Amino acid sequence: MTSAEPLLSVRDLKVHFPLDEGLVRAVEGVSFDVAPGQVFGIVGESGCGKSVTMKAILRLVEPPGRIVGGQILWRRPRQAGEASSQTEEIDLAQLERNGREMRSLRGAEIALIPQEPMAAFSPVHTIGDQIREAIVLHQSVSQREARRLALEIFHDVGMPMPEQRLEAYSWQLSGGLRQRAVIAMALSCNPRLLIADEPTTAVDVTTQAQVLRLLRELQARRNSAIIFITHDLGVIAQMADYVMVMYLGLVMEQGPVDDIFHAPKHPYTQALLRSIPSVNSTPRAALPTVSGSLPHPFNRPPGCPFHPRCPQFMPGRCEAAVPELLPVGPRQMASCFLYQAAEVPA
Amino acid sequence: MAAPAANATPPAVLEIKRLRKYFPIRKGLLQRVAGQVRAADDVSFAIRQGETLGLVGESGCGKTTVARCILRAYRPTSGQLLFYTQSGEVVDLAQLSRPALRPLRRQMQMIFQDPYGSLNPRMSLFDIVGEPLLVNGLRSRQARSERVAELLRLVGLPPEYAQRFPHAFSGGQRQRIGIARALALNPRLVVADEPVSALDVSVQAQILNLLLELQQRLSLTYLFVAHNLGVVKHFCDRVAVMYVGQLVELAETQALFRRPRHPYTAALLAAVPAPDPRVRSGAAELKGDVPSPASPPSGCYFHPRCAHAVDACRSERPAYREIEPGHFVRCHRADELNLEGIAQ
Repeated sequence: MTSAEPLLSVRDLKVHFPLDEGLVRAVEGVSFDVAPGQVFGIVGESGCGKSVTMKAILRLVEPPGRIVGGQILWRRPRQAGEASSQTEEIDLAQLERNGREMRSLRGAEIALIPQEPMAAFSPVHTIGDQIREAIVLHQSVSQREARRLALEIFHDVGMPMPEQRLEAYSWQLSGGLRQRAVIAMALSCNPRLLIADEPTTAVDVTTQAQVLRLLRELQARRNSAIIFITHDLGVIAQMADYVMVMYLGLVMEQGPVDDIFHAPKHPYTQALLRSIPSVNSTPRAALPTVSGSLPHPFNRPPGCPFHPRCPQFMPGRCEAAVPELLPVGPRQMASCFLYQAAEVPA
Repeated sequence: MAAPAANATPPAVLEIKRLRKYFPIRKGLLQRVAGQVRAADDVSFAIRQGETLGLVGESGCGKTTVARCILRAYRPTSGQLLFYTQSGEVVDLAQLSRPALRPLRRQMQMIFQDPYGSLNPRMSLFDIVGEPLLVNGLRSRQARSERVAELLRLVGLPPEYAQRFPHAFSGGQRQRIGIARALALNPRLVVADEPVSALDVSVQAQILNLLLELQQRLSLTYLFVAHNLGVVKHFCDRVAVMYVGQLVELAETQALFRRPRHPYTAALLAAVPAPDPRVRSGAAELKGDVPSPASPPSGCYFHPRCAHAVDACRSERPAYREIEPGHFVRCHRADELNLEGIAQ
C-alpha cells in the first residue's frame, strides 16, 4: 500500500493547560505527517510535549488541558461507499472528546501501547476478559469468537502458554510478558495506527530487546503505522524510519532517521546526540554537555525556546521570534535561524 | 587522565567476602518461614582506592541489596565486609553493632536515584546539606553555613541558594544537592545508586561530568550501581555484572566490553540499542525471563536462557574464578567460548 496520502496529518497543533499558577503551553504549534506503514519516532526530553501530542491525537488530554488550535486530520477508506479508493478525512480535533465517533475510533483504528504495562490492566479482571472486552466493543462478534481472536493475537505476540495466560491476572505476569499482553490488546482490533508511548522504559534492557524486536516484526507483518515516542536515542535509532525532535512544545527538527543521526542540522539535535554516553565514547573523558537545564514550563523563553542554552545563539534574532520549520534537505526540516536568511529590513 | 600503572594495584577501600543476604518468605497465620529470597548470594569483590567500580544487572539481580549491605542499611545474612578506615584499621562492617558503626558511617555516603524523593521538601538547602554536619557534631551555625556554601560551590550551585527549598530546583540541580549532602563529611567511599537514570539526557552528561571532576579533585572512590551500560562504559574503571543475586563476571571495563567471558554479559551488551541507525543491534537476543531469586534453577542460574549450555551447566553450580589476571567469571565454559563484545 503505497498511497502518497498520509494516514495522519497534524497541522499547527496547540495544547494548553490553564493552571492556577499560569498557562502551560505544552504543545505550541506542531505539524507532521505519518505515512501508512511508517514508523514515526518522536524524541525529546521531559516537558517537550511528546506525550501531550500523543494524547491529543487520541483525544485523551485531561482537563483543564485542551486543544486550542490546529487540526488532527485522520484519513481512512470511506466506509459505506462503493468507490473503495475514496478516502475520507476527519479532523479529530473537532470531534467530541468522549463522543460516539471518537470512542469507536479510539482503540479500533488508533490504538495505544502505554508506558506502564501494570497500570494498563485492571488487576481484578483476567487479561483474557479485558482483551475480549476490547474486541467485542469494536467488532460485532460473539464472545466465543472474541476468545478465539484473543488467543490468536496472543500467539501472534509470542506469548508462551497463551491459553493459560488468557486466564491470568496482570500481576501474575513478568514485566516482559505484561508488555506483550499490552501489545496484544493494542493490536486486537487491527489498528491502522499504533501509538507506542515509551513502551520499553519500564522494562530491563534484555526485555526491551525482545519487545522492540516483536514490534518490528509485527509492524512488518501487518504494515500498520507506528508513532513511537521515547527519550532514548538508541531505541529511536533502531526503530524509526522518520524522526521528529521536540523541545518545549515545538518541533526543532524532523527528517529521515539517518539524516537526524548523521547529519543533524538543529543545534539542539546536535547537542543531544553529543551528550549521550555511548558504549563507543572515550571512557572517562568529560562529555560535551548542553549548558543549563530545561526551563520551567511557566518560564518559557521568548523566541526560539532553545536559545538560552544554544551554543550558536544569535543575539537579536533567536530571542526575538520563533523560527519557522523550513526544509533544510530533501526530506529534512529544521526550525532554526541558522538556516534562514535574515529578513531584509523594510 | 593518568591511568594507574597496570601492575600497581591501589589498596582496597572495601573488601567484600562471600556476602549473603537472604530475605525470609513468611506464610500463613503463624508467619512460618516458607522459603528464602536469595537477594545476594555469595558475592565477593574489592573496591580499590580512587577507582569507580560499576555494579550492573537487571532489576531484581541484587545490585541494590549489595549496595545497601555495604552501607549497613541491611544486616548481611553472612559474609564479611572489610572496610579499611581512614586511620588504617580494618573493620568488618557486617559484625558491627549500630553504635559501633556510627563513627564509620561518615566515611561511607550514598547518592540516591530519585532526586525528587531523596530531598525533604520542608527543609532548605542549608538544612539538607548541613544536617550530616550537625549530626556529626558541627554545632556552630556559622561554621556550618560556611561549609554548606563551600559544598554548594563545589557542586556548581550558587551559595546564595542555601535558603531555598528543593521544589525550586530542576532534577539536575536536585541531584547536585544530593551530591553536596553526600560529600559533606568527606567520605572515603561513595555509593551512587543509579544517580543519573532519572535525569534527562542533556542533564545526565552534566552530572556525570561533575562526578568525574569531584572524584579527581577529592580522590573519591565510587561504587556506581547502574543498568545503563553506555553510562557504565563511560564512567567506570572496572565493572561487576550480577545475575540472580550472584556475580557472574568482573573485569576492567575495556576488557569486559571488548571480550566478555560470560554469556549473560555478552547478551546484556548485545541488547543495548545502538544510537546509530546504521548499526543494527539486538542480534543475539535472550529468550525468557530472569528466574526468581526465591527458587533459582539448578546448576548455573543462567543455563535456561543460555545458548551455550551443556549438561554440566544444568547440574553443577559453576565456581567464581579468575580466568585471566583481574578477570573473574562464573561459567563452566568460559575458557572455550569466544563471545562477542562491543568493538571499540
